[in-house]
Amino acid sequence: MLMPGPKSSVLSRITPQLIILGVALLLNVIVLPDFFHIDFRNGRMFGNLIDVLNRGAPVALLAIGMTLVIATRGIDLSVGAVMAISGAVAASMVVDGHGWGTALLAALATGGLCGMWNGVLVAVLRIQPIVATLVLMVAGRGIAQLITEGKILTFMNEGLIHLGAGTIAGVPTPILIWIVLGVLMMLAVRRTALGMLIESIGINERSSRLAGINSRVLLICVYLVSGFCAALAGVIVAADIKGADANNAGLWLELDAILAVVIGGNSLLGGRFSILASLIGALIIQSVNSVILLSGLPPEFNLVIKALLILAILVIQSPRISYLLYMLRATEPRQDPGQSKPKEEAAQ
Amino acid sequence: MIRSTHLPLIITLATFVLAFALCGYAYPSMLSTRVVANLLTDNAFLGIAAVGMTFVILSGGIDLSIGSVIAFTGVFLAVILRETSIHPLMAFALVLVITTAFGGAMGALIHYLEMPPFIVTLAGMFLARGAAYVLSTESVPITHEFYDVLQDLYWKAPSGGRFRLIGGVMVLTFLVGIIVAHRTRFGQNVYALGGGQQAARLMGVPLASTTIGIYAISGGLAGLSGIVFSLYTSAGYSLATVGVELDAIAAVVIGGTLLTGGYGFVAGTFFGILIMGLIQTYIVFDGTLSSWWTKIVIGGLLFAFILLQKGLTWATQARQRTVTGSAAPS
Amino acid sequence: MTDDIRPVLHAQGISKFFPGTIALDDVELRLYPGEVHALLGENGAGKSTLIKCLTGAYQRDGGTITLDGQEVNPQSTAASQKLGIGTVYQEVNLLPNLTVAENLFLGRQPVRYGIVSRRKMNASARATLSGYGLDIDPAEPLSAYSVAIQQVVAIARAVEMSGKVLILDEPTASLDRDEVQLLFSVIRQLKARGLAIVFITHFLDQVFDISDRATVLRNGRVVGTRLLQDVTPKDVVTLMLGRQLEARVQERKTGAVGKTLIEIQNLSKRGMIEPFSLELHEGEVVGLAGLLGSGRTETANLIFGVVQADGGKIKLRGQDITINRPRDAVAHRFALCPEDRKTEGIVGDLSVRDNIILALQARQGWMRPIPRAKINEIAESYVRALDIRLASLDMPIRLLSGGNQQKALLARWLATNPEFLILDEPTRGIDVGAHAEIIALIEQLREDGMALLVASSELEELVAYSTRVVVLRDRRQVSELTGDQITPDNIVRAIADEAAATVETA
Repeated sequence: MLMPGPKSSVLSRITPQLIILGVALLLNVIVLPDFFHIDFRNGRMFGNLIDVLNRGAPVALLAIGMTLVIATRGIDLSVGAVMAISGAVAASMVVDGHGWGTALLAALATGGLCGMWNGVLVAVLRIQPIVATLVLMVAGRGIAQLITEGKILTFMNEGLIHLGAGTIAGVPTPILIWIVLGVLMMLAVRRTALGMLIESIGINERSSRLAGINSRVLLICVYLVSGFCAALAGVIVAADIKGADANNAGLWLELDAILAVVIGGNSLLGGRFSILASLIGALIIQSVNSVILLSGLPPEFNLVIKALLILAILVIQSPRISYLLYMLRATEPRQDPGQSKPKEEAAQ
Repeated sequence: MIRSTHLPLIITLATFVLAFALCGYAYPSMLSTRVVANLLTDNAFLGIAAVGMTFVILSGGIDLSIGSVIAFTGVFLAVILRETSIHPLMAFALVLVITTAFGGAMGALIHYLEMPPFIVTLAGMFLARGAAYVLSTESVPITHEFYDVLQDLYWKAPSGGRFRLIGGVMVLTFLVGIIVAHRTRFGQNVYALGGGQQAARLMGVPLASTTIGIYAISGGLAGLSGIVFSLYTSAGYSLATVGVELDAIAAVVIGGTLLTGGYGFVAGTFFGILIMGLIQTYIVFDGTLSSWWTKIVIGGLLFAFILLQKGLTWATQARQRTVTGSAAPS
Repeated sequence: MTDDIRPVLHAQGISKFFPGTIALDDVELRLYPGEVHALLGENGAGKSTLIKCLTGAYQRDGGTITLDGQEVNPQSTAASQKLGIGTVYQEVNLLPNLTVAENLFLGRQPVRYGIVSRRKMNASARATLSGYGLDIDPAEPLSAYSVAIQQVVAIARAVEMSGKVLILDEPTASLDRDEVQLLFSVIRQLKARGLAIVFITHFLDQVFDISDRATVLRNGRVVGTRLLQDVTPKDVVTLMLGRQLEARVQERKTGAVGKTLIEIQNLSKRGMIEPFSLELHEGEVVGLAGLLGSGRTETANLIFGVVQADGGKIKLRGQDITINRPRDAVAHRFALCPEDRKTEGIVGDLSVRDNIILALQARQGWMRPIPRAKINEIAESYVRALDIRLASLDMPIRLLSGGNQQKALLARWLATNPEFLILDEPTRGIDVGAHAEIIALIEQLREDGMALLVASSELEELVAYSTRVVVLRDRRQVSELTGDQITPDNIVRAIADEAAATVETA
């Protein structure tokens, strides 16, 4: 009786996100009836749905790292800047004649390094995350421009371009990258104890430390992963346009990534997280973009809609409202013996 | 009299003097009234917005919306002056009311929903930028004789620098900001909020009205900054002033205000603005250095000041801990 | 105090209910002008609740409060402040970032045309504070001064704003001896001025030092009001801890004490605990007794590395070990169930299952996850063994009752198979049934050969399971009781600093 199936809990966790995604896709279909139509031409899949999955890749990648960071009650504002830096690194490497593999590795290493810097500021120097990551957010684009020497650094390296614009078995590479990384990361956090330990730190760091959890190392790791994901997103964006644009690559994507995580139902106050839900959140954002694009509405509405989305989520997530909901639910009859006496410890 | 809390401000001042001396040493022509006048003119809109940001940060919050509000103000003015025949002064008043109310509404959400300011103002950022887009996506020029009148107002220093109206507006904003922050009950309440919400509430600080007031000021000053920006560029453009909030935050921190709130001075922000302006001017004078060095140097300064603040906080806490013997989280 | 003086504040029949508990039951409190009135009771006795009802922080569910003969009904702390009831809390509730003068005058600064006159404010702050014997620069930030001075500033603010009744809620908790004297001289001045002062503290010697009368609360009821010149500390402790303290002859557990496991030598932390030495053997329960604030929790935290010691050492089976953080302690198979379950124990939103395996998993490292089946086996076996009542192992632990949370935390540590278990107030705030079960568990663990250190304010409990009892007072080890010496009466005496010499030589 103490063993409920984990499957059903995952599904019920992401139900709200699936419903929103469904509505967003439905709107797409209303606007463009053959939205789901997928063509197969020149060995490559085409179609609006494919576009959503493809264009959503950078935000989806960022959302993976951001989910972990937010689960620890943190935030990473620097991911957009890190994208610019790593894109610049990859571009300058191939321009200098290195192979695409080396360039990719260098870019990922740079991203990891940036993440580590953030992690050390947060975990060792105990600077609040929003402040700590602000430094790199401000300076990052300057560093990227330093690498590209202020130009849009274009390149023609086939291997690197393939990462952003190529296909594997007809599927655009970015789609495969974010899905594979997402699955790997989900396995990494749920098949090891990592996910639970991260949640534990986010919920109550003091209790966690007292239970012997090495919160410092875990925090650094989480920011490192976020930097790594940002680097990958940066490489894809650069590869897609065949150039590194230090000014515009990843501009404001940190906000989209945070939004994706929040739409995914993950609390900004840390704790329980679901990477899957964040990825669906990223797809929701991209689907909304797509509706606006397809419907011929001016793209300007995009921001207004995002703002309204945030506001709606804010209201739902706000401590006051959730307290109200909790009270409502608490008045319903329930039969669990452990709950019969909600002991109030306010007596003293 | 010099006190321990003045230390960051003194360091800011010293940084400014040092930077100015370095500039003067490298390029003696930088020590002219013309450069000083341009420093004030070019940074007027940023300075005004940074005053509002100082209040927000002093109270322990953050406002990510100001860049968008500045752009919205510019577009709003440009469109309303093109479409209607109302006098710019009326338009100014109207837009100030809108932006102040906008800021106040964000403050109300922050207070009543108990949500982190950065996410609420993030929504505000999208909303304001979106509203600007909806008004117009193109750059709308402003051609009104009243604008020409305002733009031609300047005081020419004997050695050739032109101190323009908008620089004066910024200096005036700083002066008023200094008085409000340090010499009014509201200002004291802002500091109290930044020192600790719980204690402030127990001491009778009206949290709701103070929080709403703070963000209303920030929104209103962003509106004023937008007016100044429209005078500076003679246009309204919805893609303008992207990321100004970051520059404003950097100026506040370099000005010696603690990002976690409670400590700092409005006057410090003024010097923060000037330091950032100097860096930019130096790079222009140099000619060989690229403009992106500005960001890197500002980022470095930001980091240095955050570290400095952390060090100061640690020092005070260590002193307290030896007295109370309480266990602080390591 | 004589009856012909009218009390300045008279609270009668005060009641306050929380879901499931009666926090205050028909409580009466009379305060006379010019007296210092101590409010005593162990944690959970209802002191804070009473104070909160008086200051309007809580709304009482019954009873009346009269102030100067007028019935009052404050709805908020601000309202009670206006009526004349000022409060100063243990954690100085002032703002460290503002100046002393700003703190004194926040909300009532002298203004002209909306502009605060700093000069005037500083001058009157200086004048006010010199009335309290403080000659400090009021334009300096509050954080520049010691906690004692901050405490006096807080008192000055409360008195200036209120001026009839002053409530001091554990104001001396973090002060050293000299600072306490500074505070007391201020209190004596205010007493001479005719204020009625309520003084809450856990330091009995301070109660006798400064107070005229004491009202003792236990379980939400007044168990007595005494003129302090007529009673001894022992009388007061007996009132506070209640129960019949006639030494009930317990079946003493002797012998069976195993090899020396841990030697603690002069472990200390400045300002927290004086050098502390203790030897623990396998199969032994050492009780840690003392009033709140005597250093029980501090001792536990120091041994477990929650706070780093600045002196002394710990040996495990004769080997020196270094414990700088809890992780080190866990690695040496130490375990600690902390006093504050909510902020230091449970990870509220995680499931009961995850909470139970947290410490074991943390010790194994994230790379070696405990297989799901094993997790369920561990969790279910402890749920059964400790009789943890829950609907499902998946429910967040914060939804469990206090007793079940405590059992789950015990399960967390037992799962790591510890050799040395520290329990800090293991039975606080839990129901009677769970209480008995936890005591039985302690007995059983001892018989299994574990070494336990149990800090508790429940004397009968300590007597029941301890093979030795160490008594702390004023953050110092004052005596150690063994064998037949372990009686509630002896512990009370040691706590109250009576006959300590005889116990030590016995």
